[in-house]
Amino acid sequence: MPRLLTGNRLETGDVLWWTGRDWSPLIRDAVAIGDEGDALIASLVAAERINDPALIDVTGTPGNWLPTTTRERVRASGPSVRADLARGSLSTDVI
Amino acid sequence: MYRYDQYDQAIVDARVAEFKDQVARRLRGEITEDQFKPLRLMNGLYLQLHAYMLRVAIPYGTLSGTQMRMLAHIARKYDRDYGHFTTRQNIQYNWIKLEQFADLLDDLSKVEMHAFQTSGNCIRNISSDQFAGAAADEVADPRPYAELLRQWSTLHPEFSFLPRKFKIAVIASDTDRAAIQLHDIGLQLRRNDAGELGFRVYVGGGMGRTPVIGSVVRDWIPVGQFLSYSEAILRVYNRHGRRDNIYKARIKILVNELGVEEFTAQVEAEWAELAPLGLDAPQAEYDRIIAQFAPPAFDLAAPDTLDLSDPDFAVWVKQNVHAHKAPGYAIATISLKPKRGIPGDASSAQMDAVADLAEKYAHDEIRVTHSQNLVLAHVKKADLYALWQGLDAVGLATPNLDLVSDIIACPGMDYCTLANARSIPIAQKIAAKFEDLETQRDIGELKIKVSGCINGCGHHHAGHIGILGVDKKGEEAYQLLLGGSGAEDTTLAKILGPGFDEDGIVVAVEKLIGFYRGARSGPQERFLDTYRRLGPAPFKEAVYG
Repeated sequence: MPRLLTGNRLETGDVLWWTGRDWSPLIRDAVAIGDEGDALIASLVAAERINDPALIDVTGTPGNWLPTTTRERVRASGPSVRADLARGSLSTDVI
Repeated sequence: MYRYDQYDQAIVDARVAEFKDQVARRLRGEITEDQFKPLRLMNGLYLQLHAYMLRVAIPYGTLSGTQMRMLAHIARKYDRDYGHFTTRQNIQYNWIKLEQFADLLDDLSKVEMHAFQTSGNCIRNISSDQFAGAAADEVADPRPYAELLRQWSTLHPEFSFLPRKFKIAVIASDTDRAAIQLHDIGLQLRRNDAGELGFRVYVGGGMGRTPVIGSVVRDWIPVGQFLSYSEAILRVYNRHGRRDNIYKARIKILVNELGVEEFTAQVEAEWAELAPLGLDAPQAEYDRIIAQFAPPAFDLAAPDTLDLSDPDFAVWVKQNVHAHKAPGYAIATISLKPKRGIPGDASSAQMDAVADLAEKYAHDEIRVTHSQNLVLAHVKKADLYALWQGLDAVGLATPNLDLVSDIIACPGMDYCTLANARSIPIAQKIAAKFEDLETQRDIGELKIKVSGCINGCGHHHAGHIGILGVDKKGEEAYQLLLGGSGAEDTTLAKILGPGFDEDGIVVAVEKLIGFYRGARSGPQERFLDTYRRLGPAPFKEAVYG
């Protein structure tokens, strides 16, 4: 099962996904992480600019990821009860 | 209302300056997140699913129009134009940015507000009766004593690193509107035959993972000594409360493990040492604080009649307005549970409107209730119609207090990192099933409370119908509990049977209510009373049979 790297930006708390080179607020920009995941997290922890870095399981394909748990789907889309605050790359309908 | 003196303001200013420096050091990378996290939590700042969440303290749920207007300003400038009033009579903002936090704290402190001790293992915001100072059945206004507790507990050096968080509630009537028996300490102010004031003291109540009804450890402590007695309780807890297991760290576990008699004996022994030391506030300080809660100058000529010719207004009065101790006045509750709304949420425009209306019609006082509603406690009956029109204009005149759609719901997994399931959509779906007001009024008083996890911020154990969100292999599921009450007849709700998915729990609640309407002895018998009379078996049969 593919895994994505996610975390929250220190300055804003924004939910972010690792794109392979940088961070994006949109899950569709994320790349699947291979064996380098734990090393990536270790480097992020050391740099201290991304809080709570974690690898999450997803289904789908690049550009069309869907987290497997409800919790991560909520993180990716925004609160299910405030569609007006949805992040844009994932509809709250998928929750 | 209490106003800060120079000491209160100096404490807040110093703490704000300290935390602003800590935030700046974190942003510069000079301290790690592991070092910063306990500091931000002690200042009410969490990192939730989508962003930082800030919980602002509203002592005993009382605030002025100016303070409410500042809360609206915070929502507009630093958040996404809304806030969420909580079951601890506080307000939370869901989209706070750390890089703007210093300015936010400065703004809050301008109106004598802050966010510290709204998280962490310390004495949290003191809660109280939302009808304090207005209820006919109280022996005195409980808020001066809540304010004394606030001052005593603020940055108390001995109690800033307790085994676990600690919650205190204070009331002054036999009717419990603050769930005192479900607090770490519950204090009921009473008057004896000699006319003296004193407290009945409950200890060891709580909800969460291990729900317990508090025990009376002292039936009477003179009002002048309740601070030192509270100190003795905290000392025993701080000394013996478990720190090896977070799930067994609350005082309720200690009381259970020691037994009430032994726990009480230890408190009494500690108090015998403390009482002579002069820890209690001098009478002059009591007098100073009590004077600040003096009732407003009521208009003795205010008419005691009400024109109910507008049927919509009449319904709102019947459901959301309570009797006041002063003739010609009333207590108005503003429901934050509108149709298709989110329980406890208010927009900045709504907060501004409430501030305006409070200043115009309610002696500039607003209360937040533990049921996530607002109260204007001192309204002339002659002004109620204009108040209702003002509320209606901003969507705040829903006449559903204590009815099936007046549901407590924690933020749940829509916002909270601790949650296992969403709470708000469940509350919305249940409310939608009973949207018709006549149906709601026919069902009568019914308190539904929804928590998204075992921590129980939605008070599910105190619900006539309680709903608890749980995790089932990464998906949401919901347990159904019945028979709870947070009132003076406190009981703990019990699980009825196997859990449900999101749609199933709504259907189950419909079945429960359908059964109740057929089984009640008459229209005056509440859902809770029918449950207590019949027991769980027929309700279980109605849901699972």
